[in-house]
Order: sequence, then structure tokens, then C-alpha cells
Amino acid sequence: MTTPTQQAPEVQTKGVLALIEVTRVEKSFGNAAVLRGLDMTVRDGEVVAIFGANGVGKSTLLRVLATLTRPDHGSISVYGSDLSKQAEDARLSLGAVLHSPMLYGDLTVKENLTFFGKMFRVPDLDERVLALASRMGVTQRLDQRVRELSHGYQKRAALARALLHRPRVLLLDEAETGLDDPARVILDGVISEHRASGHAVVMTTHSIERGIEESDRVMVLSGGRIALDQPSSQVTSNDVTGLYTDSSDG
Amino acid sequence: MGAALATVWTLARKDLLLELRSRDIVLAIIVFGLLMITIFTFAIELTPSRSKDVGPGVLWAAVAFAGVLGLNRSFAMESEGDTLDGLMLTPVSRELIFFGKVLGNFIFITIAQIVIFPVFEALFNISVLQIETIVIALLASIGFSAVGTAFAAVSVRVRSREIMLPLLFLPTSVPLIMAAIESTSIVVNGGSWSDFSDWLQLAIAFDVIFVIASAVLFQFVLEE
Repeated sequence: MTTPTQQAPEVQTKGVLALIEVTRVEKSFGNAAVLRGLDMTVRDGEVVAIFGANGVGKSTLLRVLATLTRPDHGSISVYGSDLSKQAEDARLSLGAVLHSPMLYGDLTVKENLTFFGKMFRVPDLDERVLALASRMGVTQRLDQRVRELSHGYQKRAALARALLHRPRVLLLDEAETGLDDPARVILDGVISEHRASGHAVVMTTHSIERGIEESDRVMVLSGGRIALDQPSSQVTSNDVTGLYTDSSDG
Repeated sequence: MGAALATVWTLARKDLLLELRSRDIVLAIIVFGLLMITIFTFAIELTPSRSKDVGPGVLWAAVAFAGVLGLNRSFAMESEGDTLDGLMLTPVSRELIFFGKVLGNFIFITIAQIVIFPVFEALFNISVLQIETIVIALLASIGFSAVGTAFAAVSVRVRSREIMLPLLFLPTSVPLIMAAIESTSIVVNGGSWSDFSDWLQLAIAFDVIFVIASAVLFQFVLEE
């Protein structure tokens, strides 16, 4: 039995601080192969946007990176922690906002954040909860039950949950969906701050222009592999959508 | 060790708070358990000797079947908002998540038994509120909670989870249910600890084996 430790180890890989190293990862559901020998690397201070057609495996990839789904083959390390052996250490470095808010509907926002904060052993938890609530614009809703909140506010609370333990890698699966403009500004701010503090963001989005604009690097998932991996400055939306067709066919 | 216990308590406390708000689990166990006992009091012509013969079976069938309802619900609330994923994202080992859920379910089943036992005693006119039966009840609650938590985690990801859990839980729990029935039967017929020590040992062995096995199963189930 292990309990959380406060910091995950850092590793220097080939002179570059590699946050995430994914090597030949495969994942199938029944007969359907979703990820087929996928390789990718995410480095410090990098925002990576992952695009791909519906059903191509973007969410599966993020779930695998978040340690929610075990890959069939291949290896993944986060800050040097091998996910197959040291997943609990790796989770200290990971924060995730996936499709659902992953919050208890019958608990208030504050109770949810306090609960998850305790699970992460966040120091000065009360102050941290208040600071994040303020940052996400949910201070007035801290004592409201999550199920009484609009989808947008649930997403804001989910973002606060994901940031509680100051993760070094933020995984965002279409996090902007359902957010109004002020909430998108907050999300953009979180992404920028994360990059500025030398941390990484891996995001999936269907908003191609926004994804290219927000990111430093673009990856397109097609046929279970990364079909395109380019700096965002060298990618156009046509490059991305061209590969969408291929992945839909394949 | 202290940190692990604190984490388990944080998890169980969260479940208790949720239950306090929704009152889904304990109420379901109590209502279903009492209904079963009440139906049997009408179905069987209860004489003092017949009460002692069939009463323990009715009591533990009611607790086991009603417990399934509560166990189903305790994991359903984790799947509703995908909060199980939220738990899995925390740097807490799957074993501690398991023990946190087991502790919560143990408390729910125990609370339900605190209500069901006196009503059973009144309706069947046999004394089950004795130290011996309380020990048996606690052992049964531990086993039911451990097996039920693991199988509820298995069932929660399938479409027909309401059917799947009883199909997995009840056959597996047969040795524990038998031990509880036989021990209670001996107690209400005036037997002493030594008279049902074999059944007690069976219940303890069941708990030890299935707490460990369920904890192992739970880890694999969570990551599909």
C-alpha cells in the first residue's frame, strides 16, 4: 500500500526535460485497434494540441496518459515515472479535465475541492481552494451543490479540481466545450500560465484554428498513430483537416 | 500507516456525506430488508419453535438481498458523474480506494442492521440482540462489504449492472450467509460460543480471504 508523496522525480532525457514519453503504445477495445504503436514526446513548457476525426482515439490517448486506461502494449513515462510501475508518482504530476467534470453532484464545489485536495495531500488546502475558486470565478458558488450548477460552471469547478495539486502536465480533452466567452478566457489564461511556468499542456479540441493558435506543437492522430507532428507555426488548418479524411477512411 | 488510514477515512467520510444528502443506500437496505421480514411473518405461521427454526434464515436472506441493493447504489453514485475516474486520477493506491469504499459500505450495512435486527426480534419474537449475534453481524458486514465492493466495481461498467451484481455477489457469499445463519440459529436456541465456533471460524476465514482477494480484483477491474 502506498500513499501520495509530495513531488515526482524529474528526469533529464537527451538534454531536454521530457515530461511525457510515449513509446509504441497500443490499445484495443475488443477487435477494434484504437492506438497502434503510437509514439510521442511532450517537453517542458510545451502546449501540444492533438487533433483527429471523431473516434480516432484522442480521448483514449488522454485516458491512457492520465493512467485511467491501461495500454495493451508499449510504455509511457511521466517525469521519469513509468506508468506501469509508478503510476501513483506520475499522477502527482498530472491534472486532467476530461469530458465529464468528475465531481460529486450532491457535494458542494467546496466539499468536492476539499475532498480531492485531501486525496492529493495539498498543503494549505483551504487557501488553495479559495484561490482557485477565485481564479475560476466560482467563489460565489463554492457552497452550491455541483448538480445545481450550469455545465459551464461545472467545467470551471473541474478545472479547479485539476489544478489543485499544481500539476506539471495538464491534460485537457475538449475542455472548451460548453464554456462561455469569459470561461474560455480563464481557460486560455490557465494554459498560458502553465506554459510560462515551464509546465506542459496536452489538449484535444475540434476547434482547429483555436488549437493551432493556443499551442506550440500540433499533432494529428490518424490510423492509431501520430500522423503529423509539427510546430504550430508551420501548420495550417488544411494540413490538419486533410489528415482527418485519411483517418476517417482508415 | 497513519496517512493510509487518513486516506481511507477521507474516502469513507465522503461516501457518508453523500449518503446523508441523498439517503439512497441505507434507506434502500432498510426498506427492502424490513419488507422481506414482514412478508415472511405473514407467510409463515410463527410458533416459538418455528421462529427459531426459520427466523435466522429469513434474517440473513433479508440482510444479504437488501445489501445487494445498497451495494449497487454505492457504486452507481461513482459512475454518475464519472467520479470513479476522478478518484483514479488521484495518487492514491487502488487498494486504499477499495478499503475506503469497503469502510463506507460496512457502515451503511451496519446502520441498516441496527434498524432491521430489533424489528426482526419483535416480529419473530426471538432474541437476536446478543453479543454473539452482534459479532456474527459484524463479520457478515465485513464480508458483504468486501465482496460487494469488488463485484459492484465489476458490475458498474456493464449495462445490466442491477442483475450482474446479485449474480456475482450472492453465490460467492453463500459460505458467509451459511455461517451467519447457522451461528444465529445456534445462538437463538441457547447455544454458547463453543457450539458455533466452527461457523465463526468459517466466517473469519471468508472475511480474510475475500478482503484480500477482493482488493486484488478491484485494482484490475478499475483499469478495465
